Amino acid sequence: MSAAMQTSPMASTRVDSRAKAALGRRRRRVDTAVRVACFVATAIGLLFLVSILGTLLWNGASAFSLHVFTDVTRPPGSNGGLLNPIIGSLIQTFIGTAIGTPIGLLVGTYLAEYAKNTPLGNAVRFVSDILLSAPSILIGLFVYQVLVVPFGGFSGWAGSVALAIIVIPIVVRTTEDMLRLLPDTLREAVIGLGAPKWKMITLVCWRAAASGIMTGVLLAIARVAGETAPLLFTSLGNLNWSVNLSAPMASLPLTIYAYAGSPYQDWIALAWAGALIITLGVLGLNIFARSLLRRRK
Amino acid sequence: MASATTRIDTAAAAAAQAHRSTAPAEARLEVRNLDFYYGANKALKNINFSLPSRRVTGMIGPSGCGKSTLLRVLNRMYSLYPGQRATGEVLMDGQNILDDSIDINALRSRIGMVFQKPTPFPMTIYENIAFGIRLHEKLSKTEMDERVEWALTRAALWGEAKDRLNTSAMGLSGGQQQRLCIARTIAVRPEVILLDEPTSALDPISTLRIEELIDELKRDFTIAIVTHNMQQAARCADQVAFFYLGELVEIAPAEDMFTAPKQPRTQDYITGRFG
Repeated sequence: MSAAMQTSPMASTRVDSRAKAALGRRRRRVDTAVRVACFVATAIGLLFLVSILGTLLWNGASAFSLHVFTDVTRPPGSNGGLLNPIIGSLIQTFIGTAIGTPIGLLVGTYLAEYAKNTPLGNAVRFVSDILLSAPSILIGLFVYQVLVVPFGGFSGWAGSVALAIIVIPIVVRTTEDMLRLLPDTLREAVIGLGAPKWKMITLVCWRAAASGIMTGVLLAIARVAGETAPLLFTSLGNLNWSVNLSAPMASLPLTIYAYAGSPYQDWIALAWAGALIITLGVLGLNIFARSLLRRRK
Repeated sequence: MASATTRIDTAAAAAAQAHRSTAPAEARLEVRNLDFYYGANKALKNINFSLPSRRVTGMIGPSGCGKSTLLRVLNRMYSLYPGQRATGEVLMDGQNILDDSIDINALRSRIGMVFQKPTPFPMTIYENIAFGIRLHEKLSKTEMDERVEWALTRAALWGEAKDRLNTSAMGLSGGQQQRLCIARTIAVRPEVILLDEPTSALDPISTLRIEELIDELKRDFTIAIVTHNMQQAARCADQVAFFYLGELVEIAPAEDMFTAPKQPRTQDYITGRFG
């Protein structure tokens, strides 16, 4: 500071402008470096994604035909389809969602409306968040222990329950988040009319948060539709046509797992077709969920 | 000619008299020795006053003075939040509404509230009005239709809303939404209406409409309005209460309050020396 004051004003300006120019060059260099790094990272990420989707589309589309949807799985070389895994996946995903959604909705409501800052509420939220990130094979093993072993066999029910356990924490999270977004003034307006709290929640809050909660449910469906690990120890898979929930049941992810590892060319092609079906389904659900959320705004 | 003019003048004077009624009216709600606490923080200190029947009581004072808090005591809104409590008495028909034994939902149907920000429910305009009615009464379809029309008419919204009753209330403008909230409140047919800064989020035209509405509603309802706008209090209120730091400093008929306040603190506030 004192040194700068001793030099003449002219000299100090010149030093300043030179220092500024150097600083400017340095800033531009750093800016360019960061920008390039971001672009490269994005390109790498996209490259993987595009190559996965490209391979899937290429291999899946070539195996795609009507009989994939109309024929059940058959031994290699006899021109089978994927009808039973598709139906099995639909059934188990549907039941899993049907069990998990109301439970998740009520737990999320409990957290947002009744137990906002209570120790019990915080504990429930913590446990639910752990469940959200738990490896899905653990959930499969858990259901194997409590449903498969005591009831003496693999079944569609066990698979559905395993999927439901995955659905619950996702729905809990979105329900709580969406309810918390609602302003307290809305709640007070309902209460101010003389409404009991349960009517406030079921008639107004749920309705106000409906599209957001619906989005969470759709994302949960998209997630469980592609789950393999929880079904491995629960519904096992079934190569024959069966819609009996008390018996082992086929599903797309398990069939892909079994077929892709087989030495038969037609089975491997069917595995690609199955993977494409799941991917397109999940993609469709995601797009639908996003459009729901956008309509809300 | 001259006599006609005189007659008109007398009529105008009588109308003005009726408009701003200063004649004593029976108390609809009487507050006695009211203290209010947010946790350990005392927000209202020994409040004593009453809301005269079918009059507008304006509540003014700087932010944080306790006027909104007082409003939230009058319909027990504070009971929603643990840690908030009131002591003292608020009497309605001789009954202390702060009593735990009181039917709080029935109380809120008798003392309605309209908030600062319009809060339409995510349903149709018709359903918004019918919602509150259904909580307390079982009406047939025609009775319900009539009541909805009555409430919307009283809230000066019928003309704008009658062709779109089955569209979402979210599509209304801010001023229309606030009139919808007023309609929703009066549809329950309360005796007292509490208005918590009902126009602070609205444009001047909408504000004017709401003020006209308040004037019209006081024929049937006892009204308390919290406002930051001194002119609004002067325009709407029959009596005005000035609050400062949790105390009721002064309460007087509106014209006395704004022309000859007794307390120096009131004088300072209404002349804009602080606020």
